[in-house]
Amino acid sequence: MRAITAEGLVKVYRTRSSEVRALDGVDLEVEQGTVVGLLGPNGAGKTTAVRILATLLRPDAGRATVAGFDVVRQAQEVRSVIGLSGQYAAVDENLTGRENLWMFGRLYQLPSGESTRRAGELLEQFDLTDAGDRVVKTYSGGMRRRLDLASALIGRPRLLFLDEPTTGLDPRSRLGMWDVIRSLVREGVTLLLTTQYLEEADELADSIAVIDHGRIIARGTADELKSQVGGERIEVVVHDRADLPRAEEVLARDGSGQWTLDEHTRKLTVPATGGTAKLVEIVRDLDLAGVVIDDISLRRPTLDDVFLTLTGHGAEDDARETAGPGAAA
Amino acid sequence: MNRILADTLIVTWRNLKRIPRIPELAIFAILQSIMFVVLFAFVFGGAIPLPGGGSYREYLMPGIFAQTIVFAAATTAIGMADDIHKGLLDRFRSLPMARTAVLSGRMASDVVYNAGILVVLMVSGFVVGWKLNTGIPELLAGIALLLLFAFAMSSIGVLLGLGVPSVEVAQQVGFTVLFPITFISNVFVPPSTLPDWLQPIAEWNPTSTLTAATRELWGNPNPFVGTGLPAEEPVLVTIVWAIVIIAITLPLGVRRYRNMSR
Repeated sequence: MRAITAEGLVKVYRTRSSEVRALDGVDLEVEQGTVVGLLGPNGAGKTTAVRILATLLRPDAGRATVAGFDVVRQAQEVRSVIGLSGQYAAVDENLTGRENLWMFGRLYQLPSGESTRRAGELLEQFDLTDAGDRVVKTYSGGMRRRLDLASALIGRPRLLFLDEPTTGLDPRSRLGMWDVIRSLVREGVTLLLTTQYLEEADELADSIAVIDHGRIIARGTADELKSQVGGERIEVVVHDRADLPRAEEVLARDGSGQWTLDEHTRKLTVPATGGTAKLVEIVRDLDLAGVVIDDISLRRPTLDDVFLTLTGHGAEDDARETAGPGAAA
Repeated sequence: MNRILADTLIVTWRNLKRIPRIPELAIFAILQSIMFVVLFAFVFGGAIPLPGGGSYREYLMPGIFAQTIVFAAATTAIGMADDIHKGLLDRFRSLPMARTAVLSGRMASDVVYNAGILVVLMVSGFVVGWKLNTGIPELLAGIALLLLFAFAMSSIGVLLGLGVPSVEVAQQVGFTVLFPITFISNVFVPPSTLPDWLQPIAEWNPTSTLTAATRELWGNPNPFVGTGLPAEEPVLVTIVWAIVIIAITLPLGVRRYRNMSR
């Protein structure tokens, strides 16, 4: 049985003056025990898709099942097998961490004793034992996010939705969160994860669906997507504007695709294969051509590169409002 | 049914647990009421003669209790809007809990909260000169009536809190609507001093009937003009008001809550 199926999901947000098609026919399938990353820029429809699958929002058209239950007609059954953790840490900041977990456990219909036990386990697992009896108001952003994730796990859900679990976290907290998510996956949880970061989808997901303007525009493993995008990127910042034509010539010869130029920062970017060897080659050729450079670097393709290749526009070019909590109220 | 009750109790527990952790809310609610007592008992009171005589402070206190209870609508609306804003409502809605427990728990905890505030105000009332001229049964009946009305106002608050875009709007709507409602009444001045066209409004205003009902129950000065139903049967009219308010706003609030998934 598939853990998640969605067919032709449509969601339109209407206001007095405008109409936004947040989802415009989304199909999605998630196999049991796998991790699927829903990758897209702000406003692409990621959050809307998760809210529909987690029964918070009704689709205008299409249907979806979670663990075999219809998300509209069998919403309560769906709720008893899922856990949801969003980009807004939805925990009560005037309760302690332990009280939050106990309350969510009780509302997940666990008996009181079991709720207490589970709360203790999760505080331990998420490294919050010391802070467990402190009011959440005193927690750092990373701690709140961990508590939010722990809250989603209180009822041992078979299926977990994580909506941008690391957005807004500092790099160290982000790595910590990744470790936590990886260990959950090892325990066999099916996970649907939304993210704006290709790197994150790459680290965590077995397969990726790229979403833009409410439509899935590509799917595959991270490697498949990256080979579609064409490997790594080499970025060169030229010291003198007058040297740009000669630098472009070098990159056209050494690179493995079309270069792009950011006029403002004098930064040239070109897809490249061959890693550091290629980097050295380009440095040497630029030197031979008499081009003085301020900076040169090798980087992995980003979401922006994926979007440039797949859609012809950057990921951030037309960012729209993301549907936050209560946006549909 | 069992689940509704259990989940309501858990949500109630959670809301009550918050009160001592944000003591400012309760303290300012009480201070606001005490400020009205001080302003009217000591500043304006001397200039307000009661038809038929009697102590103004004894007259004033039941009105202050009623006014405080009317503001329960704002308390509930702000609490509801805050839960939406913080994403907690989404969390609740993603759990396999009794759906309406979020609302019933909110209303139950707000009634308990208002009962607590009422106790503090009654003690303050005794200090400035309020008296109970009847017995304990009448005292309890008056308190029960106030709490029934608090429940009705909470029901309005649920509807309001689910409909406003932010906590600040909930506050604004609460105060711009509730202040005039509590002033165009018999809370601070005898309605006979109002212009003719305003008198029927003040008399039928549920704040007035609630105030008159408790004054009557507790034997406090109750100079009510006219011989209309609100003057003759304030307790009955207040109960009917509460039932009508609940019957209209509660189903609408529940519907608005269910429609959040639209």
